Amino acid sequence: MKHMSALLLAALMLVSIGTRAQLVIEITQGRDNPTAIAVAPFAWQGTGPVPEDVAQVIDDDLARSGQFDPVARGDMLGRPSSQQEVFYRDWQAINAEYLLIGRVNVTDEVQMRIEYELFDVARQTRVLNGYEEGHVNEARMLSHRVADEVYQQLTGTRGAFATRLLYVSVTRVPNGKDYFRLTLADSDGARPIVLLESREPILAPSWSPDGKEIAYVSFETSRPAIFRQDLASGAREQLTNFRGLNSAPAWSPDGNTMAMVLSKDGNPDIYLMDLGTRRLTRITRHYAIDTEPTWMPDGNALLFTSDRGGRPQIYRYDLRSGATTRVTFEGSYNARPRMAQDGRNLVLVHRSGEGFHIALYDMETSRLQILTNTELDESPSIAPNGSMVLYATKSGDRGILAAVSVDGGVKFRLPAREGDVREPAWSPYMSR
Amino acid sequence: MKQLPVAGKTLTLLFAAAFLVACSSKDTKEADAAAVAAAEAEARSMAERSAATAAANAANAEQQRLQDAVAAAGNVFYFEYDSSTLTPQAQDALDAHIALLNNNDRSVRLEGHTDERGTREYNMALGERRANAVRDYMGVSGIASYRIETVSYGEEQPVAYGSGEANWSQNRRVELK
Repeated sequence: MKHMSALLLAALMLVSIGTRAQLVIEITQGRDNPTAIAVAPFAWQGTGPVPEDVAQVIDDDLARSGQFDPVARGDMLGRPSSQQEVFYRDWQAINAEYLLIGRVNVTDEVQMRIEYELFDVARQTRVLNGYEEGHVNEARMLSHRVADEVYQQLTGTRGAFATRLLYVSVTRVPNGKDYFRLTLADSDGARPIVLLESREPILAPSWSPDGKEIAYVSFETSRPAIFRQDLASGAREQLTNFRGLNSAPAWSPDGNTMAMVLSKDGNPDIYLMDLGTRRLTRITRHYAIDTEPTWMPDGNALLFTSDRGGRPQIYRYDLRSGATTRVTFEGSYNARPRMAQDGRNLVLVHRSGEGFHIALYDMETSRLQILTNTELDESPSIAPNGSMVLYATKSGDRGILAAVSVDGGVKFRLPAREGDVREPAWSPYMSR
Repeated sequence: MKQLPVAGKTLTLLFAAAFLVACSSKDTKEADAAAVAAAEAEARSMAERSAATAAANAANAEQQRLQDAVAAAGNVFYFEYDSSTLTPQAQDALDAHIALLNNNDRSVRLEGHTDERGTREYNMALGERRANAVRDYMGVSGIASYRIETVSYGEEQPVAYGSGEANWSQNRRVELK
């Protein structure tokens, strides 16, 4: 019990971790013709030190998407912060296609307001203006929301910068037990918070559809068990304690049901747990390995990995008809499916030759496209807007996170300065 | 008391003399008989004690032999890639453990592990298959299922951290604890 309470304490304290464990973004590949945008430093209208370089956060978000090529501040010929101060020729001279300006104020020491205006330099018109308000402690998240608005205006796709990531990091202890940490960070890797620390494995972090709760598997009882945890309060609850596997929790789109893998009846099968009544329904009944369930966005079907055909492939279970159909046929290994919100783009782990790569499978055309060229890629997680896939890979001996756009055109890495990082889980859109 | 024949009497006396050298010459027939009974009891007891000691020694030697065999076999059993089939070496090593377990009432925990290739959840299932393969082999050899607990760690607890077969082969294993 002492052991348990120490763990619970770590979970509740939301221990902030030092910069050494923070992820750093390195863009490795961008698009051929990114849009040139100038994000002028936002004017600080409050008193005291500037709480956050809002423009830099926005600039970094847009650059990371691979679709924008932000103008360096040193090249800017002016620093406008209002429409009257904008001289279009200054921005045409440095080939900026768009210009974002803004103002930041903090009232009552806690309430932050960011006002922004976006201009089309060629057409010499303002195309977007707005503001974001919130607690000054959320300055970075407010900045990400501005980036989301700009991204949507210019690409037509909803932005996903104001989202968060879960991941597991491991500090190796040679000849001893490793340290496992479940960490929550912003989508750019900033502001990491350790939610749980244990000397026993932690894995399979996943999100509730409203982004307020998470589920994961912890071995802290010396056996695997599924837990759910509320992010705001830190309160957590052990959902399963069955003999054998208790793994791969996946929340249904309506938040009422959790798909999971249990082997209590002999071998790994998919079950559904009604989170209200805790009643279990067995979904698959096969002597093969059935695992890694994920929901179709409409909640009417599950995709999962099974080796019932001899090798791991993706199968689909229709919850209305109870029919199981095989989805993937290309190659000898397709596993760990994750579905985009469009119900069409499926990301998975595909083996070709000796390597495990992240691939995109189009559910409509049945076309499989390999997105990564590293050797041991796993755990793909797709952004809520379907634009990027975050995954785990190896760099030398180290586990790192990396991201690739769904068309394979944009790539970046998020190495940590120490330890192994793995199992990223991209949050859904966060409700305000 | 019934008279013993002369020959019998002489024999008894010889026996008594052999065991009770210190006995006086003031022998009566009753004393003779008591001495004989005592001597016989003593002889029986000594024989039993020495038989028990011999049996205990033999059992200890057997226990020691079984423990030595287990120590030589080790408590880690290795597997081929993506396989949960026991290799002949693993079976030999397990046989040593089974022989010892058939001689005591210990419970064991079987921890299944995999190498890093393949997805984590699939490996969690593969690790369980490996632990179950060991459990089933022990079950066939008469170890009751309630004495065996299986847990899979998948690829989460490697012994060797690097990539390549030299590391991977060390990680594809079941540990008996």
